[in-house]
Amino acid sequence: LPADIISTVEFNHTGELLATGDKGGRVVIFQREQESKHQSHRRGEYNVYSTFQSHEPEFDYLKSLEIEEKINKIRWLPQQNAAYFLLSTNDKTVKLWKVSERDKRPEGYNLKDEDGRLRDPSMITMLRVPVLRPMDLMVEATPRRVFANAHTYHINSISVNSDYETYMSADDLRINLWNFEITNQSFNIVDIKPANMEELTEVITAAEFHPHHCNTFVYSSSKGTIRLCDMRTAALCDRHAKFFEEPEDPSNRSFFSEIISSISDVKFSHSGRYIMTRDYLTVKVWDLNMENRPIETYQVHDYLRSKLCSLYENDCIFDKFECVWNGSDSVIMSGSYNNFFRMFDRNTKRDVTLEASRENSKPRAVLKPRKVCVGGKRRKDEISVDSLDFSKKILHTAWHPSENIIAVAATNNLYIFQDKVN
Amino acid sequence: MFVRGLKRKCFDGEEDIEGTLAGIKAIPSYNLQRQSLLDMSLVKLQLCHMLVEPNLCRSVLIANTVRQIQEEMTQDGTWQMINTQSTGQASLDRLVSTDILCRSSREQAEGKHVPGYSTFNKDFEGNQAQDNSETASSVQAPRNLQSNAWEMENPQENKGNFQKSLDQIFETLENKSPNSVEDLFSEVDNSYYDLDTMLTGMMSNTKMGHCDGLETFSSPATTASNSNCKSDLNELDHIVEILVES
Repeated sequence: LPADIISTVEFNHTGELLATGDKGGRVVIFQREQESKHQSHRRGEYNVYSTFQSHEPEFDYLKSLEIEEKINKIRWLPQQNAAYFLLSTNDKTVKLWKVSERDKRPEGYNLKDEDGRLRDPSMITMLRVPVLRPMDLMVEATPRRVFANAHTYHINSISVNSDYETYMSADDLRINLWNFEITNQSFNIVDIKPANMEELTEVITAAEFHPHHCNTFVYSSSKGTIRLCDMRTAALCDRHAKFFEEPEDPSNRSFFSEIISSISDVKFSHSGRYIMTRDYLTVKVWDLNMENRPIETYQVHDYLRSKLCSLYENDCIFDKFECVWNGSDSVIMSGSYNNFFRMFDRNTKRDVTLEASRENSKPRAVLKPRKVCVGGKRRKDEISVDSLDFSKKILHTAWHPSENIIAVAATNNLYIFQDKVN
Repeated sequence: MFVRGLKRKCFDGEEDIEGTLAGIKAIPSYNLQRQSLLDMSLVKLQLCHMLVEPNLCRSVLIANTVRQIQEEMTQDGTWQMINTQSTGQASLDRLVSTDILCRSSREQAEGKHVPGYSTFNKDFEGNQAQDNSETASSVQAPRNLQSNAWEMENPQENKGNFQKSLDQIFETLENKSPNSVEDLFSEVDNSYYDLDTMLTGMMSNTKMGHCDGLETFSSPATTASNSNCKSDLNELDHIVEILVES
């Protein structure tokens, strides 16, 4: 079912919860089982905790266009009380959801009986105090805020600020700053829309707040550039504080150079010292103090470089892959085609290709590294470039904030992989 | 050919054929490959994606690619050559049929709302001045291909001004904003329709392609006969609300 295609995956700040959003506008939250001493071989598995419909399809009558209910991004707020809060967004509207548990209910009301029917007051002969009794756990999700009508273009990113009071939402041409308490207005902090739309040559592709400095954020563009902005300098951050761009390699120039340089995702490291960007063929790590080139470049699937024309024809060249850091910023991960995903160890410089598919992995089996054969003889177990299935793309992945647990979305299936237990 | 840095073949898989002795299939020349890429890009920009708003990032990237090709073609003078050649007819047929799928019959008759097949008039008007004597519209290099195509279908419509620039594609994308209510309705003879009929016509035709949606402006008969035409008061209030707010 197309509605089941997973469109975003995100762990919360403790890793206890994992949220997924899909094309049908639904959010499914998984919760990690408490590890029990009796079943030590079952290390905290993730089970469904809550499912709710976040967004519905809408119709924009003036433009005569549908607004998709697909969830583009989910971002968790840090937990401040017993309830969990997350932001979910489609192309136009951001919503704040509260997910809370109820495991007790009051019993013994005076004015109504257990079914909720009102009692006849004349029949009441004594007063009693209602008591809370345990009930089966119920998890409810309620929409607490709806932030609408602030984006003309399609929202591609949301990011919670480290002050936990504000967040930003970015579309193709603008970025808005919101206060969680205020839904009827937002501040526009970036606007790259040209006065004459005929002059449009560049769009915003992703944006994120710095993990510690609440005045700093970055946004990436379709021309492969990253801008770091400081909100203290001006209300409208059209002038960047830093501008990150790698000079073009003339030997690799083609008509597709710009398209493959378009950045599809940008993520700060947990430390806040680096940013990672994903373009069509590579993942790059940048030091915030060096703007003229990345400090590291990793090839995700360079064998596609000779296939760019075909990938342009079938539109795959426009696929937007995401990238993630592990908790210690030592390993980075990003997806590819054929349900492959790649991990790069920044320290050892080793990398691995793994596959998320049911046929090739039984539960509890160790994932076998995969290899794509580029030319010449194909070894057994290798797969040739022409045999890759480009309809099986891994665009969305997530890494647990402190443990080696990863979530990989392969079309409409979610895979959760953990470190092998000895 | 040109001294323009290193260029790469954009056709994949052709490298294999290079090695064969027989060389049965000639490798398309760089010009043909580039032309094919240009055609493919223009088709991509034109294809109407049903009901959902087109992806702006993708459109911008494709448009930039088209500009890049055009610039290169201008620099090496290929742009003028295209007029005299009849290359790519086979691919043109394919492109024509794709294009027709996207246009309602009214658009074809009036040549409206067609994002430029043969765009970028700004830079190339000078080159084509000699062809301009008959038509008021500025002529672009691929115009010959285009005019051949349209002559096959609508000979008398050839001078219809359907050659919008690429820039106007973005205007089209951009103008789908709540503020351009006047633009949206400006082509409609207001005395003929009332708002109710038009809007309910739009609503009832939601399942049609986006391009076909324009047909609601031109065919009152269909909206009248459409059983969904009866406006639901609540929905109409909602629409009026939107108009008022914007």
